[in-house]
Amino acid sequence: MTAMRDKSGRPVVVVTGMGVVTSLGSGKTDNWARLCAGESGIRTITRFPTEGLRTTVAGTVNFIPVEPFSSTDLSERLADIATEEAVAQAGIGRVGDFPGPLFLAVAPVELEWPQRQELGRDIGPDADVDYDQMLRVSGGGRYKQYHRRFLFGSVADHLAETFGTKGSPISLSTACASGTTAIQLGVEAIRRGEADAALCVATDGSVNPEALIRFSLLSALSTQNNPPHAAARPFSKNRDGFVMAEGAGALVLESYEAAAARGANILGIVAGCGELADSFHRTRSSPDGKPIIGCVRNALADAGVTTEQIDYINAHGTGTPENDKMEYLGISSVFGERARQIPVSSNKSMVGHTLSAAGAVEAVFSLLTLEHQRIPPTINYDVPDPAIPFDVVPNTARDARVTTVMSNSFGFGGQNASLILTREPV
Amino acid sequence: MAETASPSAPIEAWITGIGLATSLGEGLDAHWEALSHRRVNADEKSFAPYVVHPLAPINFDAQIPKRGDQRQMEAWQRIGTYAAGLALDSAGVKGNTDILSRMDMIVAAGGGERDLVVDAGILNAETKGNAAPGYLNERLMSDLRPTLFLAQLSNLLAGNIAIVHGVTGSSRTFMGEEASGVDAVRIALARIAAGQSDIALVGAAHNGERKDLLLLYEFGDFNLKETYAPVWAREHNSGFALGSGGAFLVIESRAHAEARGAKPFARLTNVVADHARRKRSGDITSTLESLWSRLGNSAERTAIVTGATGAEPATSEERAFLRAHPDIPVRATGTMFGHTMEAQFPLGLAVAALSLSRGALFASADTSEQAIDMTTPPARIVVIGAGHWRGEGMALVEAIN
Repeated sequence: MTAMRDKSGRPVVVVTGMGVVTSLGSGKTDNWARLCAGESGIRTITRFPTEGLRTTVAGTVNFIPVEPFSSTDLSERLADIATEEAVAQAGIGRVGDFPGPLFLAVAPVELEWPQRQELGRDIGPDADVDYDQMLRVSGGGRYKQYHRRFLFGSVADHLAETFGTKGSPISLSTACASGTTAIQLGVEAIRRGEADAALCVATDGSVNPEALIRFSLLSALSTQNNPPHAAARPFSKNRDGFVMAEGAGALVLESYEAAAARGANILGIVAGCGELADSFHRTRSSPDGKPIIGCVRNALADAGVTTEQIDYINAHGTGTPENDKMEYLGISSVFGERARQIPVSSNKSMVGHTLSAAGAVEAVFSLLTLEHQRIPPTINYDVPDPAIPFDVVPNTARDARVTTVMSNSFGFGGQNASLILTREPV
Repeated sequence: MAETASPSAPIEAWITGIGLATSLGEGLDAHWEALSHRRVNADEKSFAPYVVHPLAPINFDAQIPKRGDQRQMEAWQRIGTYAAGLALDSAGVKGNTDILSRMDMIVAAGGGERDLVVDAGILNAETKGNAAPGYLNERLMSDLRPTLFLAQLSNLLAGNIAIVHGVTGSSRTFMGEEASGVDAVRIALARIAAGQSDIALVGAAHNGERKDLLLLYEFGDFNLKETYAPVWAREHNSGFALGSGGAFLVIESRAHAEARGAKPFARLTNVVADHARRKRSGDITSTLESLWSRLGNSAERTAIVTGATGAEPATSEERAFLRAHPDIPVRATGTMFGHTMEAQFPLGLAVAALSLSRGALFASADTSEQAIDMTTPPARIVVIGAGHWRGEGMALVEAIN
């Protein structure tokens, strides 16, 4: 019988259910087929006017209607869909009665323009609109639903009620590493013996004018709008930024012992998690790469594996000049010569950067890589960057023997987090 | 640290650092003095009709020496980064790179301020019919400051603390109003108790002097209007008065504290939380009762510090819970500090730990039935946080003799 505890004596944490939604589609089957076919979900934005914007493409999820639109409502819908798929696959608990806590990675929430504009119309053309006037019309119950909707905890509250998770649901943000942090919190809770199961969800429906413009003003986004599917070019010499995208990923984590006891199908193992914060700059990594290096080493140490055992890296790979360079520096510092041999691909070349959701979306794709023994490609890789001599699995998926995957996430605010995922306990 | 199997008994955790910057001042002596004198700093005029508790004057240079760093932050981040620095000072680890580089950090955060002038300008043009298609894009592209985004991102309070103070072991930001403050402390303690972490910086900051925040709460009619009153005296005019303030704690394992010769303020024994659906009257009361029994309390030499908001029905339901424990002295931070939302629970823990370390419960700033004077040093203080809309939490803090 396989050991229920890892090398450090902690409960082994397994994945028994997964769900995913991206611009490529809804569900693991569709996403996996399109990912391996090298398809892009990036399209010209039709949700709102793009006049005057430098970037006019995104990986929006257009096939799920949300009317009237708000990013928070879309985030909630995406999280619902991914979670439903994950919980159904796990076959855990009863409908609406998940036997463990919720950890939700979600974008910071605030009132959005359609609601502000509604207040503006309410005030009318005869008065000067300012926040005092907005405050004057906002009370009295007329906009009561906006209080609930735009609380930071509202999406988690909805999921907790819908899926019946236990205890206080945690909403978190570690910027673009949020999805990974949600998984890490679930792993830690199970290792502490606090819970036999945890629901880890990450969602982002942020493509609205102001969010796009904010990233654009930081010069973070690709402006290669034409054709849209070629906008995201991770690790290419002609990369010029990331492409905003929407999506959600959900994972049901369980202790191996609990999963085995109920005869659950084991989809993979979360063998280790690592993190390390960077104190160099608000948006840039420390030039020496030390925080990324430390984060990757922490993940390897936590899992008790060596670099030799990693046979695929699911890169953060945003396609910004800075990220990809720093990711190479970090990986090559830790992996040495192997950094040139080990396949390193970026899902973001196809689905775009799902921001708060990315860590969980890519964890699902990493586990599907283990399941199918097939590595999704990095598309739009036509002009290699000689400074980044990774094997990026260029443009075409590849069959390979994969036993252990590292999935990396790095975010604004010095957030670094990495996961080690395996097919079997290590 | 290398994490191994959870120990059979929880590892004892101490509060060894407290950082407070609020409407009552900054630092522990100033707070102790203000609390002892029942001081309240409420402002009924600046945001009339809304009552707020404004931040006391603070010289940010003392903890955020680079003006460039200060400029990159909005007020909530400055308050938090400042309070975090005070907590590190108080714990005696400020500038100790060895410890800071492996110190874990959990911050409970909301989001940053909007540019009110930009918002109003756009809405004005739109309502007066002066906005062509694409107007919103044009104005946002030209009027939004690029750095404003970074001042708005929830995780950038933690990011700024890493940059200014060098806390880099880990950086996690929880969101979700009051409950995020409870969960930040709960998870930090759970990690230390299980040997997953040795030392952590935990806390939150809130700027209550913000019309965009007042707007969010006004949708639900939660703001206290016109006249200040203690949280227990708002039967006919319920609501919370937003407060500005930052509260951070350094929590560490006893062994780690002893090895470096750190003095504890108090022991953080337990933190529990729940999420009542609040569909029936009495849900909050019964949830608090069950958290109380999970804490494993004794009533002897016990006091309560609550973050009751003044909003209904949560405040009345909490009062029903308190009445079931009638002999226990109760202090409500909402009365003195206003409602600092994400920071209210860490703030409650901070004043509880401070009280235990000074061997006295501070005087009550209100005259409610449980404003009981405590003549003996408290042995334990239970900190309560029931959110205005969701989330119930409780912590047990104990004196170390």
